[in-house]
Amino acid sequence: MKKRLTSTIAIAMIFAAFTSCNNSGKTNGQSGALSSNVAEKVYVAPGEYDEFYAFISGGYSGNLTVYGLPSGRMFKEIPVFSQFPTSGYGYSEETKPMLNTSHGFIPWGDSHHPDISQTAGEIDGRFIFINENNTPRIAKIDLKTFETTEIIEVPNSAGNHSSSFVTENTEYVVAGTRFSVPIPQRDMPIKEYKGNFQGALSFISVAPETGNMDIKFQVLMPGFNYDLSHPGRGKSHGWFFFTTYNTEEASTLLEVNASQNDKDFIAAVNWKKIEEYVNNGGGTMMPADYAHNVYDEHTHTATSTMKKEVRVVNPSEVPGAVYFLPTPKSPHGCDVDPSGEYIVGNGKLSANLTVHSFTKMLAAIEGEKFDGEAYGIPILKFEDVLAGSVEQPGLGPLHTEFDGKGNAYTTFFISSEVVKWKLGTWEVIDRKPTYYSVGHLTIPGGNSGKPQGKYMFAMNKITKDRYLPTGPEMEHSAQLYDISGDKMELLLDFPTHGEPHYAAAMRADLIKERSQKIYDLEDNKHPYAAKSDDDTKVVRKGNEVHIYMTTIRSHFSPDNIEGIKLGDKVYFHVTNLEQDFDVPHGFAVLGQNTSELLIMPGQTKTSVWEPTKVGVWPFYCTDFCSALHQEMQGYIRVSAANANTPLIWSMGEDIE
Amino acid sequence: MIVAALLPLGLFLFPLWRITLEAPQYPTPLAMNIHVNDFSDVHPHDIKNINLMNHYVGMQYIPEAIPEFKIFPTGILITSFIGLLIGWKGNYKWFLGWFILMLVLSAAGMYDFYLWEHDYGHNLDPKAIMKFTNKDGTVMGFQPPLFGTKDILNFKAHSYPQFGALFLGLGIASGFLAYFVGKKNKSTA
Repeated sequence: MKKRLTSTIAIAMIFAAFTSCNNSGKTNGQSGALSSNVAEKVYVAPGEYDEFYAFISGGYSGNLTVYGLPSGRMFKEIPVFSQFPTSGYGYSEETKPMLNTSHGFIPWGDSHHPDISQTAGEIDGRFIFINENNTPRIAKIDLKTFETTEIIEVPNSAGNHSSSFVTENTEYVVAGTRFSVPIPQRDMPIKEYKGNFQGALSFISVAPETGNMDIKFQVLMPGFNYDLSHPGRGKSHGWFFFTTYNTEEASTLLEVNASQNDKDFIAAVNWKKIEEYVNNGGGTMMPADYAHNVYDEHTHTATSTMKKEVRVVNPSEVPGAVYFLPTPKSPHGCDVDPSGEYIVGNGKLSANLTVHSFTKMLAAIEGEKFDGEAYGIPILKFEDVLAGSVEQPGLGPLHTEFDGKGNAYTTFFISSEVVKWKLGTWEVIDRKPTYYSVGHLTIPGGNSGKPQGKYMFAMNKITKDRYLPTGPEMEHSAQLYDISGDKMELLLDFPTHGEPHYAAAMRADLIKERSQKIYDLEDNKHPYAAKSDDDTKVVRKGNEVHIYMTTIRSHFSPDNIEGIKLGDKVYFHVTNLEQDFDVPHGFAVLGQNTSELLIMPGQTKTSVWEPTKVGVWPFYCTDFCSALHQEMQGYIRVSAANANTPLIWSMGEDIE
Repeated sequence: MIVAALLPLGLFLFPLWRITLEAPQYPTPLAMNIHVNDFSDVHPHDIKNINLMNHYVGMQYIPEAIPEFKIFPTGILITSFIGLLIGWKGNYKWFLGWFILMLVLSAAGMYDFYLWEHDYGHNLDPKAIMKFTNKDGTVMGFQPPLFGTKDILNFKAHSYPQFGALFLGLGIASGFLAYFVGKKNKSTA
């Protein structure tokens, strides 16, 4: 067995060596006269707009970055699972609850797979969802404001990796578990993993109008590793597919022990069937502990609610709801083509790429042609569900995307390339190298029935010499390819922030038109908002001092405050009175132990300051807001704890 | 003549005038509509943002209401009523009188507008953040043009009539036309 694997790798290495030779030849051929043509394809003239938005996960940055294609320019980093001192996200009183979990406040996350909401199998650009891998959570970002507006923790899950993919009408955003765990969590020996640990697949419903998330049910599966997933679409709408590895159920040295079985599974889950079962009262409410955090754009404030139970379903309760499709060698990506017929299992240790047929799967289920079962779940026969396989396309297949024109594009991590192949004939059409060791790839409109197959970009794990060196630690690198022709054409390298896993992309028009410019001050329902300079005040409640402060070009009101004492907890509630596009104001005070605040027009944000020293301390606007920005400052006087300094404030006149 | 008398009522439906301010930082220009009875934003919050800009050079805030907002509508209602009355009574010579009355009143309105603009552009706060002087050393004013386009520091200011003014103009012209038609009918009769 081991010998066979070695020889396979050796063959593939030689193969890879040949292909990379070919490719380098082609790349060289394109420099010179043709390269100017390539430059034109990615050139977006000053003041003009990119054709596509790309939302690239930040991986261990915990955030999501927004890029334009084809230029590869970065527009914004949206804070999601990590504190973000730039805006005060996770530091301001309003946004701290967003990072609350059943394990307490967590300042960091590992974001992975963004996916855009859909209507009738087409990307609609309303929301984007993204998963946190480490402390399992799913976040929703509103693409009207490009802000994180909801985060729900996923109980019974660990390594929230096969997430956060949406069904074709955004009925559900689905979250699988890469690590199986004891359910419910309990104190038990690790070596008793096998047969005792379970993997929860969570179906989180999304309310059609508001987008509010709620865990509808969790399917408690055998203790495998559920690696990636995608929804069925079109004819297979109503099903969800998950790749698994570690069907060996090993709990130690997985690199060896989870690579023993010749085939692992793709789990096919008929969620419509389970939904019906649950709607009729099926399943069990199980005690659980998870946070649900919601940001209200009118109060500009997030609230965190701890939920106490979750509905779980054992697949054996719902016959015909779950099947296993044998798939070679620890499949990673689980990708469904735009028609919903083909399910690609990217067996990362396999020399071939396996493609299953949804039609054949239904026929095999109908014919009850099973090859045994695992924990009560029927296993279909490999030959019965196989649509075909792409023979020896490369080494280490990870992910596949589709162009909507009958072609598929698969990344190969080990041979560091993208291979284009044809659905149905399984023939390889083209291959292009990536620099280096590509993980995911994205075609705009990727997870939908209608991909917008003009560009494809590869997100690489290794950067090395692609840019000017920046010491041992570098940003990752992506490569953009033109895929409008028969052959892929490499257009551009661009650095990406953090460790991008997946990205979601779409044509810019839908989102661009809806993007909000300001928050309406009239709609500001923040309890501590001051909506004009006349509303400003300072209120003491014991040792808490609340400052209702406003900003407008170019002053704070009040800008002189006295009567603060050591031991006080000072709340700066800062409302930006501006109602003009792109006129934020910032707030920072000397000795502040949190971050600055960056307050958008019409918004209120709060920073808490617990002064530790007597003195007169300045505060100022951190955003170069106007010609008089440098004048936008104030002073706050801190007296000794036992002082009698009266609480007074002013703006535009000396304090009496 | 009846039509002539009714047309100026369009001023209650459409703005009379518009002042637009363009600058590089305002890809969507700031603009204010002037109605017979109100100032209004062209895009949300434009007036607030014009005020914010102008406070740097010490200009006053654009007022919520001015006395003209009461006088102008009353004037229009009265002249329209007179127009209807003489249209109904039907002596064409009166049409000319109405036409001249309207011309005089409109000219007075424009002069009043000019006076307000002049005050707005020249009556500056002595504590203004930024003070500019002309080449001859006098204090620079920021009066928008009465009609046309003018560069004011980093802004390009446009001042042009709107639909309401067109209705008024057509009304006045129709009055004049009615006079000629009336005269012609009289002579042929």
